[in-house]
Amino acid sequence: GAMGGSASLIPRDLLSEYQELTFLSKQEILLAYKRFSELLPKEERENAFSARVPKSQILTLPELRANPFQHRICHVFSTSETRDDSMSFEDFLDMLSVFSDSATSDVKSHYAFRIFDFDDDGTLDRKDLEQLVNCLTGQGEESRLTSAEMEQLIQNILEESDIDKDGTINLSEFQHVVSRSPDFASSFKIVL
Amino acid sequence: EEPHGAAPVDFLQELPSYQSARRRRGGTQDRRPALLGTAGSRGTAARALLQDRDERTDRPAREHPKCMAEKRIIRNSQQADTEHLSKWQKWRRTSSKSLKKALSEIKGLSSYLVLWRHDIHNIEGKFGTGIQSYFSFLRFLVLLNFIIFILMFSFVTLPTIISKYGVFNSTVAYISPKNIEDICTIYEPSGNKGLVYFYTYLKDLLSGTGFLEVTYLFYGYYSIDAVWISMMRYNLPLAYLLATFAYLALSFLWIIKRSVEGFRHNLVHDADPFQSYCNKVFAGWDFCITDPNAARLKYRSLQYELQTDLQEEKLKQKIAERTMKEKICIYSLRIFINIIVIAILSGCFYSIYRVTVFSQENSSNADNANSPVNLLVQYLPSIVITLANFTGPLIFSFLIRFEEYTPAFEIKLTLLRCVFVRLANIGVLLFSLWSQISNCGSDKCKPCGYNYKLYPCWESDVGQEMYKLMIFDFIVILAVALFVDFPRKLLVTHCSCKLIQWFGHKEFEISDNVLEIIYGQTICWIGTFFSPLLPAIATIKYFIIFYVKKIVLIHTRKPAARPIRASSSNFFFLVVLLIGLLLAFVPLGVSIAYIPSSKACGLFRNFNTSWEVIPDTILQFPTGLQQFFFGIASEAFAVPFFVILCIVMFYVIALARAHKRVVEQLREQLVLESRDKMFLIRKIAEAQR
Repeated sequence: GAMGGSASLIPRDLLSEYQELTFLSKQEILLAYKRFSELLPKEERENAFSARVPKSQILTLPELRANPFQHRICHVFSTSETRDDSMSFEDFLDMLSVFSDSATSDVKSHYAFRIFDFDDDGTLDRKDLEQLVNCLTGQGEESRLTSAEMEQLIQNILEESDIDKDGTINLSEFQHVVSRSPDFASSFKIVL
Repeated sequence: EEPHGAAPVDFLQELPSYQSARRRRGGTQDRRPALLGTAGSRGTAARALLQDRDERTDRPAREHPKCMAEKRIIRNSQQADTEHLSKWQKWRRTSSKSLKKALSEIKGLSSYLVLWRHDIHNIEGKFGTGIQSYFSFLRFLVLLNFIIFILMFSFVTLPTIISKYGVFNSTVAYISPKNIEDICTIYEPSGNKGLVYFYTYLKDLLSGTGFLEVTYLFYGYYSIDAVWISMMRYNLPLAYLLATFAYLALSFLWIIKRSVEGFRHNLVHDADPFQSYCNKVFAGWDFCITDPNAARLKYRSLQYELQTDLQEEKLKQKIAERTMKEKICIYSLRIFINIIVIAILSGCFYSIYRVTVFSQENSSNADNANSPVNLLVQYLPSIVITLANFTGPLIFSFLIRFEEYTPAFEIKLTLLRCVFVRLANIGVLLFSLWSQISNCGSDKCKPCGYNYKLYPCWESDVGQEMYKLMIFDFIVILAVALFVDFPRKLLVTHCSCKLIQWFGHKEFEISDNVLEIIYGQTICWIGTFFSPLLPAIATIKYFIIFYVKKIVLIHTRKPAARPIRASSSNFFFLVVLLIGLLLAFVPLGVSIAYIPSSKACGLFRNFNTSWEVIPDTILQFPTGLQQFFFGIASEAFAVPFFVILCIVMFYVIALARAHKRVVEQLREQLVLESRDKMFLIRKIAEAQR
């Protein structure tokens, strides 16, 4: 049905290239194309490959709508030159590839690190961890942890993951601690 | 300890390790002005990429954490590299690429065949991975039972049917039993001859007697000794026994495979991976949640979980500071409560025993064989077991509050006790059945080795008990959903009486539901030997339960506000399932190898016990093979084998300990190196000023 229609819209060599460069299967790429073109206004659907979808449109996707990290995800995967966090179709495929079932844990943990790194400085310091925990518990005032609890929690996290004791978590420490986490692979997953 | 913030940031950013991390993030993401002429624009980023040649070539392009354009560049440079490889290597590369492509195509197609893919995806989006893992587990059990059914059907039932109808020129061989008294071979299942009430059919359907007893459902109907299919002799008793071992081995291996798949725990580190804060924070959010309501619930549950854990830590400190007197007080309280628990368990077991004995003695009374009371008496063991399974956990969760453990340990201990109650109840039922079957007081079993008067075909009787347990379990699950959950929801939404509001919506407790289906699966494993078509019933039962639970979840319950992380994991389900399987080995082992098989019915009439088929068959092999098999089973082989196993185990344990020590040393070294680095940087900064 609709799947067959959009199959003719992606040239075959491009489709196999995407299959080679991402962890997605052919059906997943076609479904992604369908969902992506639905986000575009009608006039732009012809050249979906060169169009960029603004962030506000991307955030209407049900998979991102309820996600507290929605802004970070758009920021990390966007390759927009104007830094407006808009996403092209290839950015969208990149995002789905990292969040797919078959992505390696290495790739997932790398991108998880970038998503959690709120100030983009290459390490997770205390401020990043504090913002991360606040994202997890909800945005309202009454849903935040008290500052004493936050302090204790961040202390525990750093104790578990900061191997070289410099007060921040760098990429390799993060990847190491996440590789031992049993829930990571099943929770860091988005399937359309 | 020098304060960390004192080291100047510029030097830190010039370090090679920081530079390589920034390059890996992608030059386009750069926001800071470049230092020392490194990455800034796309061109220099590409050059920097080409400089990391070594780390690139072993990994395919898609495993690099970069954007699509950069992955293209990597792939093109990888292809350019292969230009100057030999023909053989080129061919190898292209063939492995096309193989991977073909495999991924097959995987993509087979994902359409996955049962309930869409339903489980929706559940995951609405309720998170915890509840989704329960439904995936149900799906796994449906598949497992279906495969077991196919196994038993094709090796046991199908040859019987083929030979009965003479398809493929097949004939049947009956071997009359030798050296057995005639009195042991009397077996007349009623089979409902003549005019009977319709009610009798219903009763027979529910209790497995009457017309069901003389169908392929129960062991007693298979009375053939061999099947000749156009010149080939098919040894049916041997096939029956081997199919039993095969389905047990298959279940065992499949469960182990599944538990290893999702579990990459590093055993070097001591801490419990589920309780670690990093696991809760970094892997805390389910990215698959699509429903804003579910997201709100998740926020609350994460907040609650983190706060509980932090409080628990403070509690641990308090516990460590307990005085001797308090400790003695608490330990004696714990011992007392454990004695109460054991007493309750013994009470359960004893009542199950007595009820089973009563039910067995009174249900074979032919006077009131068709009255409803008889049906009730037959179902009495199932009713008592279900009551025990229901009240046991309630009592345990009430008692454990007095034992003052940490919350995490409380949950684990309660779960353990519930698992034990459920599985031990089945064991007690089977034990009481056997005590009846081997009830040899006053010479009741002299001629045949078992109580032939009451149980001319005891395997069918055990099969019927398992059948009743399964049917009753299914009825209870449906009844609870229909008569408890829906009315509760209606009451809570429409009646604003305070008492009812306090009752509230029922929460979807994952652990309770999982234990329920594991109990059913253990019954199926034990019962399949006595009733070869039982797995088919189990498949249908779990199939229907999936839809029932799904409807109940969506319409009435809300997911638990306090999910138990460890118990909602797949690993916990599989471990408990494995315990159930291992517990199922025991009754089966006793039935097959210890209790004499019934002489009046079934496939093993000519053997002392069911196990004897195998030594019998081995004796028909050529002498060399015979000696090999007897050699393996003898002490001369077993003792050295055991000794070698012990040596290997000790070696592996010593290796693990050595690795652990090395890891600890490396950790300490890393800390020291980091401190050195900070110190040197500070010195350089001072020297520069």
